[in-house]
Amino acid sequence: MKHELKLYCEKSRLAELRVFLSGILSASGLNEITQNQLILAVEEVCANLIIHSHDCNPLNHIELEVNINQDTIIFEIRDSGKAFNIIEYKSPEINAVIKEKRKGGLGLLLVRKIMDKIEFETDPSFNTCRLIKRLKSK
Amino acid sequence: MLSINKASERDHLVIALNGEVDASNSVELDEVIQEAIAENAHKILLDGSELEYISSAGLGVFMSYLEDFNEKQVTFVIFGLNEKILNVFHILGLDQLISIKNTREEAEQALYEA
Repeated sequence: MKHELKLYCEKSRLAELRVFLSGILSASGLNEITQNQLILAVEEVCANLIIHSHDCNPLNHIELEVNINQDTIIFEIRDSGKAFNIIEYKSPEINAVIKEKRKGGLGLLLVRKIMDKIEFETDPSFNTCRLIKRLKSK
Repeated sequence: MLSINKASERDHLVIALNGEVDASNSVELDEVIQEAIAENAHKILLDGSELEYISSAGLGVFMSYLEDFNEKQVTFVIFGLNEKILNVFHILGLDQLISIKNTREEAEQALYEA
C-alpha cells in the first residue's frame, strides 16, 4: 500500500505529519513503541530538511511517500532544496552534545538507531532519502 | 500542541508538560528551564505524565542543561513518562544521564535524598 503527503516547510506542519503517519501505522499491526519510533525517525529527517535545507520557507514543500510491503516499510522523502547527505553526516557523540550545550544533533542519531537501512540519492532536480524498516526484525 | 505548567511545591519546582514537544515548540520548554535556573531553583521535578510525544528538539533541551545543572548543583528528576517516550530516552542512552523515575513519589524521594 502506498500513501503520499505533501508537507510544506513550516515547523508547525510537523504535527500534521505525525497525524498522517499515525493513521498509516496504526493499521500496520506494529506495536505502539515501534510506531512511535518510526514516526519520530521520519519527523527528524523532515524537520531537518524544513529547518536546514529550506530555512522554514512555507512556499517550499517536501514529498513523503510511504510504502508498506510484506516485509518492509519504506519511507521515501523527496525535496529539491540544498542536498543534505544523511549518510555522510557524522552524528556527534552524546558527551560532546552535553559539553557543548548543543540543542541539536541528536535527531539523526535517532534515525540511525531506529531504521534498518538509510539510502540517499541526489540528482539535479531532487534529493531522495529512503528510510527502510524491516518488519519482524525487532 | 504543548502546554507547560510551572508550580512551586515545598522546596521544589514542578514543571508539567502536557502534549507534544517538537521543533516547533521546544523553545517554550527551553525558556521554562532557563527561567527556573535564573530563579535559582535547586530542585526541579519534571512531570511527564501528560507528555504524549517528544522529538530530538525536546530531548536536546534537556541535554543542553545537564552541564548547568551540574555546575549549579541543581537536582533534576523526570517522572511519569509513558513507555513510548521512555523508549526514546533508552534509544539514546539518555536514561543513563538523566534521573528518571516512574512515579511522583519516587521522584520526590530522589529529589530530597540527593
